Amino acid sequence: MLKEKDKIFTNLFGEEPWALKSALKRGDWDNTKTLIEKGRDWIIEEMKKSELRGRGGAGFPTGLKWSFMPKDPNLNNYLVVNADESEPGTCKDRDMIRNEPHKLIEGCLLASFAMNAHHCYIYIRGEYFNEAVVLQKAIDEAYEAGLVGKNAAKSGWDFDIYVHRGAGAYICGEETALLESLEGKKGQPRLKPPFPANKGLYGSPTTVNNVETISVVPAILKRGGEWFSSFGRPKNTGTKVFCISGHVNKPCNIEEEMSIPLKELIEKHAGGVTGGWDNLKAIIPGGSSVPLIPKDICDTVLMDFDSLSEVKSGLGTAAVIVMDKSTDLVQAIARLSHFYKHESCGQCTPCREGTGWMWRMMEKIGKGNASSSDIDKLLDVTKQIEGHTICALGDAAAWPIQGLFRHFRAEIEEQLIKKTRAA
Amino acid sequence: MSEQLTTFSFNNENQEAALQILKKYPEARKQSAVMPLLDLAQRQNDNWLSRDVVEYVANYLDMPFIRVWEVVTFYSMYYTKYNGKYLVQVCSTTPCWLRGSDQVAKACKEIISPEQNTLSKDGLFSWMQVECLGACVNAPLVQINDDYYEDLTYDTTVNILQSLIDGKKIEVGSQSGRKSSKAVS
Repeated sequence: MLKEKDKIFTNLFGEEPWALKSALKRGDWDNTKTLIEKGRDWIIEEMKKSELRGRGGAGFPTGLKWSFMPKDPNLNNYLVVNADESEPGTCKDRDMIRNEPHKLIEGCLLASFAMNAHHCYIYIRGEYFNEAVVLQKAIDEAYEAGLVGKNAAKSGWDFDIYVHRGAGAYICGEETALLESLEGKKGQPRLKPPFPANKGLYGSPTTVNNVETISVVPAILKRGGEWFSSFGRPKNTGTKVFCISGHVNKPCNIEEEMSIPLKELIEKHAGGVTGGWDNLKAIIPGGSSVPLIPKDICDTVLMDFDSLSEVKSGLGTAAVIVMDKSTDLVQAIARLSHFYKHESCGQCTPCREGTGWMWRMMEKIGKGNASSSDIDKLLDVTKQIEGHTICALGDAAAWPIQGLFRHFRAEIEEQLIKKTRAA
Repeated sequence: MSEQLTTFSFNNENQEAALQILKKYPEARKQSAVMPLLDLAQRQNDNWLSRDVVEYVANYLDMPFIRVWEVVTFYSMYYTKYNGKYLVQVCSTTPCWLRGSDQVAKACKEIISPEQNTLSKDGLFSWMQVECLGACVNAPLVQINDDYYEDLTYDTTVNILQSLIDGKKIEVGSQSGRKSSKAVS
């Protein structure tokens, strides 16, 4: 279990004020100037040593991503922070923004300096109105204190930071859709290449990072990359904020060590599964886009990238959605299918048409108005969508359905036969 | 004020706010301001966007009307009709559904209107089902205008809606009395 002294987000629940005065007491903005004086290469090297993998879902190594940014000082590089947190199950960035905004702002300065960026936009989902208000106030405070702006934190680096509110579109969490949206357009993903590190916002080199990724940067640089990598397993390091929702006694957000066993995470922090561990049916371990895993896998699986990918699921955003034995799993996944249908941007045909088709088929199965061959057809369609779209939304819509039938097909077919007989 | 206005322009306060918004983006990239300006205009116009309002924003940014209209219809938080003084958005995606969002919707149907997107008889509010609001460990929840009301039950939802009718103040956030997303002790 992660010790209190090793927690990065000591005010995750807002028990103290978010404001600068309190943030300074928590160690934010301590020695920022010295860190910048150590130079760009030192920062990127330290990030690589930490083995931090991006916290937005894809898990790409952060230090490596930063190193892709062109170093030409004549280019107008941008850092864009993805605060469009919309993956069902996920609500960690919200707490970091409303209760620890100065960790994020300090991280933005350090990351921007390391990537030769003088400008940073934080794209926050529109529904997080109150969170955006707090963030803007925190930025205003930082400007007033000289921590950002010209000669930010007396480091010699000029740095401007802006908040941009979205307006309700899950797809804008996809980095190129986010950039389109930030440019004042519909949020439809761009074809890659060119990748944002070459042509991103306004055609300039851009790195898009998740809120949590950036918020842990100051702690990594202050305490050392090796301190961070001492938690978890190799390539799966650090502390991580988990969101535990669904059928647990005490749903909560909690910062823990990476690679903690899933069972321990739920029993120690979320008061256990409702009705006890044996009442567990299945868990979606990393936000709605990753396939669910049944109880027997949950018994032993570790909460990290590699362990979860070995069981054909994923860590994603580390949003743990717990479903006990009372759950109608077909309905639970059908709701997710409805979500993807609603959020498809409409650009690629397999996704635009397929998400609606999959949802209708899931509803049909839920009503018992389907046969085993319908399930075959549905799984075939998921395969035709997966990998055939510009962005990963098509994959994200296909995977939960594949996961459901991978583990529960026999049970669902049995129910279908019962319902047919009853009719 | 639900009828379409014939002319729209930012009031004095919003003129100033709009200039501040434009400053966030490079001068040659003022189209970036379209989302915050639509939001600003919508707030001034009883939380909906009539065609006139959208035209005003398009002119303000020298954008073709259709480019702005595309943005209005792409994002779910721009409304092309009046939704009442309060818009109650019921999150219904799986994490909320697992914890009883159907009961929250039931309370809305009984008190506001049997159908979504329909004004209540007194015109005070309307409700709609929405996708994940991103507060899943505080499920189920609703968003009413800018605020989240979390950890709901049927009863606490009824209480909130009744308070809106009575003009009583309601505490924003968790309705079960816990602090943000911390586990109850």
